[in-house]
Amino acid sequence: MDYFLELFLGGLTRGSIYALIALGYTMVYGIIELINFAHGEIYMIGAFTALIVISVLTMLGWNQLAILAIATLAAIVWSSAYGFTAEKVAYKPLRGAPRLSPLISAIGVSLFLQNYVLLAQTSDFLPFPNLIPDFKFLEPYEGIVRSTEIVIYVVTAAVLVILTVLIKFTKLGKAMRATAQDRDMAMLVGVNVDRVISFTFIVGSATAALGGVLIASHIGQINFYIGFIAGIKAFVAAVLGGIGSMPGAVLGSLVLGWTESFFTGYISSDYEDVFAFLFLVLILIFRPSGILGRANTDKV
Amino acid sequence: MRHRISVVALTAMVGVFLLFGGTALAGDTIKLGVAGPHSGDLASYGIPTVHAAELVVKDINAKGGVLGKKVELLVEDDVCKPEVATNTATKLVGEGVNVVLGHICSGATKAALGIYKEAKIVVMSPSATNPSLTQSGEYPNFFRTIASDDAQAKLEVDFALNTLKVKKIAVLHDKGDYGKGLAEYAKKFLEAAGPDKAEVVLFEGITPGAVDYSAIVQKIKRKGAEAVIFGGYHPEASKIVTQMRKKKMKTIFISDDGVKDDTFIKVAKKYAEGVYATGPKDVSKNPLAIKAREEHKKAYGSDPGAFYDNAYAAALALLNAIQKAGSTDYDAIVKALRTNLVDTPLGKIKFDKRGDAIGVGFAMYQVKDGKYVEVK
Repeated sequence: MDYFLELFLGGLTRGSIYALIALGYTMVYGIIELINFAHGEIYMIGAFTALIVISVLTMLGWNQLAILAIATLAAIVWSSAYGFTAEKVAYKPLRGAPRLSPLISAIGVSLFLQNYVLLAQTSDFLPFPNLIPDFKFLEPYEGIVRSTEIVIYVVTAAVLVILTVLIKFTKLGKAMRATAQDRDMAMLVGVNVDRVISFTFIVGSATAALGGVLIASHIGQINFYIGFIAGIKAFVAAVLGGIGSMPGAVLGSLVLGWTESFFTGYISSDYEDVFAFLFLVLILIFRPSGILGRANTDKV
Repeated sequence: MRHRISVVALTAMVGVFLLFGGTALAGDTIKLGVAGPHSGDLASYGIPTVHAAELVVKDINAKGGVLGKKVELLVEDDVCKPEVATNTATKLVGEGVNVVLGHICSGATKAALGIYKEAKIVVMSPSATNPSLTQSGEYPNFFRTIASDDAQAKLEVDFALNTLKVKKIAVLHDKGDYGKGLAEYAKKFLEAAGPDKAEVVLFEGITPGAVDYSAIVQKIKRKGAEAVIFGGYHPEASKIVTQMRKKKMKTIFISDDGVKDDTFIKVAKKYAEGVYATGPKDVSKNPLAIKAREEHKKAYGSDPGAFYDNAYAAALALLNAIQKAGSTDYDAIVKALRTNLVDTPLGKIKFDKRGDAIGVGFAMYQVKDGKYVEVK
């Protein structure tokens, strides 16, 4: 039973990590139906920004929690700036173009950002300090779950709630839903579609940056390539849950995390990825638009 | 009219290229190719070899070169990827290399070897340790200045069973050519030791680059493994070790020279303490090794990195063989490599029939106070 619980929590950690990235993916898709392949890179840039800020502030001898707060904030601002710019430069000019063009453009942005960080920073793995303090009340359970993981669970849940409230109950959220349903019509009734899309990218990038800081703290190392693998897994999770749906992204991520964790724990890690993708195929056979996705015939 | 002018221009251009190409081919130099990862996340394995080649060539050219000709370096990047390595090899062959120092990673080396074999070019790797490269007999043009993986696996297993006296061992690998090959040898040696001496409680491949390894770490704990033997590279090793130590597991971690890299200690920090890793024998007292190290410090202002001594030895061995052979003829070079002893930072070496260097081996190291220290 203990073993089951450990695997359950391990899967929950993995799933929450995927979810932090998948949320941004799915939100952008929900609004403009673009699979933003550069999303994983935004997450990677968030982690790098945080690391740079942390290194500088640690040298100045600041308080650990203050460093964490400022580094996270810096990562969010910087990544949002990248997300915003990427949208303006690479996606907006292609808004009227066939569906494949912005997709290729997204792959281009992804490669560009990867190589930019590779050249501007380093190809080496860099150690990422864990600034999340160890909680006192967790000490008896240290062998099972650590404070970093608890923080990841809580933040993932909080991000999901905040984004849901934002979309369901604010004026901006209403504008986002309108843009998602029918862009032309939204424009006709006075919604500033460009601003709504920019805002979506900023929020999506901010969640990715938050994920970057937390995940890097958990893994303890980063390099320029981390965004690619994490991005692919998050994309799969978003599709599994039903792309475009927020709770779907989280559910899909958790299902993927648990699948991988239990499969490794009870069967073998050799075919972990094979099994995860097999599971994806099975779910998509029975629910072609994902676990929580709405059937929508005009989407690819 | 316009059309015709462009045709003329094009013809002229092609002609000029051919002319230059011709002179390059007939150039009076010995061309030493250097191939390996010079960018990407495994660049730290490849760059030291480039440095070694540059220093050896500088030295030899200052002394008048080989067979009275200057040695020229042709450096090509393969980022450790087999699919890139074939292009790298094709490019080097196209540029007319005489011998190649490289490649660095076993997978990339294997992919490239066929191309060199067809072109009859001798290849010497300072680091590709996959046993089948020499033992299969498929590549008579291949030599190496490092012992093969089964030598490493043998040392790891002997060390675990006889020195540390552990019995329950989990064998993990990263599914790559290098890591998996090593893990399979370790498993074979463990099973050969007999069930009352050793027990393989877990044999599995992990997914490289995953965001979290807690499931496999829990599995190691559940199987009651006293030690883990891991075949693979440092990014995964540091993630696994860190997660094990954070979960308060004291399981001994033994790995290979893919982990015996300072980046591992830099990334895993305090969690790296106590980790064992096999690596090439300590040659720090060899006068040539001392000289090579000093040259590196003078030229690049830092201590040399992974496989530097092996690369230095390989460059010396290759150029020496050409000198002894009296030409760049393939058969003559191969014969010279097998018969002539050459003085290198690894000691006096020559090569056996399969292409392995005689007298080159591994030692066990442990991380102590942030440094790899040889275990006596």
